[in-house]
Amino acid sequence: MSTEDLRIVWIYPDLLSTYGDRGNMLILAHRARARGIPVHTVEVRSDQPLPDSADLYLLGGGEDGPQALAAQRLNADGGLHRAVARGSVVFAVCAGYQLLGGSFFAKGARCAGLDLLDLHSDRGPSRAVGELAGTVDPRLGLPPLSGFENHGGRTHLGPGVSPLAQVTTGVGNDGVSEGAWRGNLLGTYSHGPALARNPDLADLLLRWATGLSTLAPLDDTWAHRLRHERQLAVQT
Amino acid sequence: MSLSGNLARVTDGKMPLRAKVASSVSRTAAALSRAAGRGDGSVIGGWIGLKIDPDLLAHLAAGRAVALVSGTNGKTTTTKLTAAALEGLGRVATNAFGANMPTGHTSALAKAGPTPYAVLEVDEHYLARVLDETRPRAVALLNLSRDQLDRAKEVAMMAQMWRDALVAHPGVHVVANADDPMVTWAAQAATSVTWFSAGQRWHDDSWVCPECGGAIERFQGDWRCGTCPLRRPKPDWVVEDDGVVDPTGAWHQVKLQLPGTVNIGNAATALAVAAQFGVRPADAVKRLGAVTSVAGRYAQVERDGRLIRLLLAKNPASWLEAFDMAEHAPTLLSINARDPDGLDTSWLFDVDFSPLRGRRVLITGDRAFDLAVRLEVNGVPFEHVRTFPEAVAAVPPGRLEVIANYTAFQDIRAELDRVN
Repeated sequence: MSTEDLRIVWIYPDLLSTYGDRGNMLILAHRARARGIPVHTVEVRSDQPLPDSADLYLLGGGEDGPQALAAQRLNADGGLHRAVARGSVVFAVCAGYQLLGGSFFAKGARCAGLDLLDLHSDRGPSRAVGELAGTVDPRLGLPPLSGFENHGGRTHLGPGVSPLAQVTTGVGNDGVSEGAWRGNLLGTYSHGPALARNPDLADLLLRWATGLSTLAPLDDTWAHRLRHERQLAVQT
Repeated sequence: MSLSGNLARVTDGKMPLRAKVASSVSRTAAALSRAAGRGDGSVIGGWIGLKIDPDLLAHLAAGRAVALVSGTNGKTTTTKLTAAALEGLGRVATNAFGANMPTGHTSALAKAGPTPYAVLEVDEHYLARVLDETRPRAVALLNLSRDQLDRAKEVAMMAQMWRDALVAHPGVHVVANADDPMVTWAAQAATSVTWFSAGQRWHDDSWVCPECGGAIERFQGDWRCGTCPLRRPKPDWVVEDDGVVDPTGAWHQVKLQLPGTVNIGNAATALAVAAQFGVRPADAVKRLGAVTSVAGRYAQVERDGRLIRLLLAKNPASWLEAFDMAEHAPTLLSINARDPDGLDTSWLFDVDFSPLRGRRVLITGDRAFDLAVRLEVNGVPFEHVRTFPEAVAAVPPGRLEVIANYTAFQDIRAELDRVN
């Protein structure tokens, strides 16, 4: 591995990979390589130490048991905390997003999160399952968020974070706001391969991770057709 | 078809009057549904019958020696193979068309009339209820993996439901997959278990021990929990090459007309279940070889000089098996995300489509654009077509492999029936 490579770590695929979460790693690597940026991807299992020197970390979704186990191991390991202190980028979806907060509920008990974002999660009155869409924080300069959510949690944001988006379809954090971000950390309830429908968000993460202010445009015809189709679907 | 004839042919003299009426009406409704072209009648009859007599399934199952087959993948095929194996003993009632909830079971038993045997495919979620009502002699538990996650119970919850159901039915004999940690854990709740080993390509839903939350370790087909005593049981029936080793150590060649190594595994399961009914594997394998297609799956249809084969792939584990079965030929992939499929297409990124590189790939279906984005990232060139006939017209005469998920498969099957 060259030190020039963009280093992407997928954290604990053995625990947090329920809904095609691998997709985010594949999409980021594909989009970076298409710009001639060499990429080194690493999958770190929960019985391995987490390297703290990568540029971009990914956290996926998962069931209650694995989610609680992942929180324990990440807190004991400390690698992600050191990486965040160094300024690494973190992109987290669903259960992984909840993990970034101060606490979350799993198997009926409150569990300590990683305390990297000022938020906490509890149980909602019903499971949120379906299309999720919203207008993104204008400071991020992104088109509307498009995704699919499937979670029982509700997430409450503290003053230390900003919502990623305002919900136009679906539930997100609480039916009003969706996801959260601060600095180079970004989380969303748009689960699984969230970046498949949000190529501009993928590029934002790549710009954060590489420090490049612009990236050469790619032919996103199919992603745009998909976004358009899902927009029509949620309007009807 | 004579409806009055249906009404007059009362199924079983021992059934209560209400059940007789319900059974008769059920069969009539199924016949009406078929006659009206509204469906194959495999659900509506049972639905009406159960409205009249909620215990109808139990009444219809009483007096039959029943086998149940459940799991995420391979249910329909294993049910068909098991029924074929048992037919050497006597008539077998079965829900051959994959209507695998209690309405479908009720319809199948009512339609078959009295039979000494029944082999029923059971949706994973309904296993406890169908165990209650049919009191089976044996239940085959195939595998548990992610499937329609926006609706289905998550894998660990499903394993727990199965385990609870087996604790409540200590008398039933279980035939279970020793290669699947989730199935093994659930089946260990039963007092009497036959273990089979059919191999498993998909491991991504069983890295966490269902007993203690520890990490599952795998090495060369074996597995064990690194923390607690849960480990792979020693299998009694094992797939070896193109055959199956039985508990006595004898190897039986399995010559199937169905493609893929996964179906040798399904055959091993069928042989293990049939053995519980006294069928010798040497006798059963001949019957398995006579099965040609299963509810349209693996069926080959000729249309405009194209030899079209239909493969159903519903979830990541079954896509891996479908790539193994498909020949190196032009391949159409069709993806929908309607209710029966699950509304979420995220699973597309759990499938590695790279085995298709080098083949001509066409894509279609309601959610073809989701697939397009996936294939682009996967480095698999493709062409998008709007309809199935467009795909057929786009490829030269010769083989066309079609791999589709559930409703996309049904749509294409309907198109092919219309021209044949």
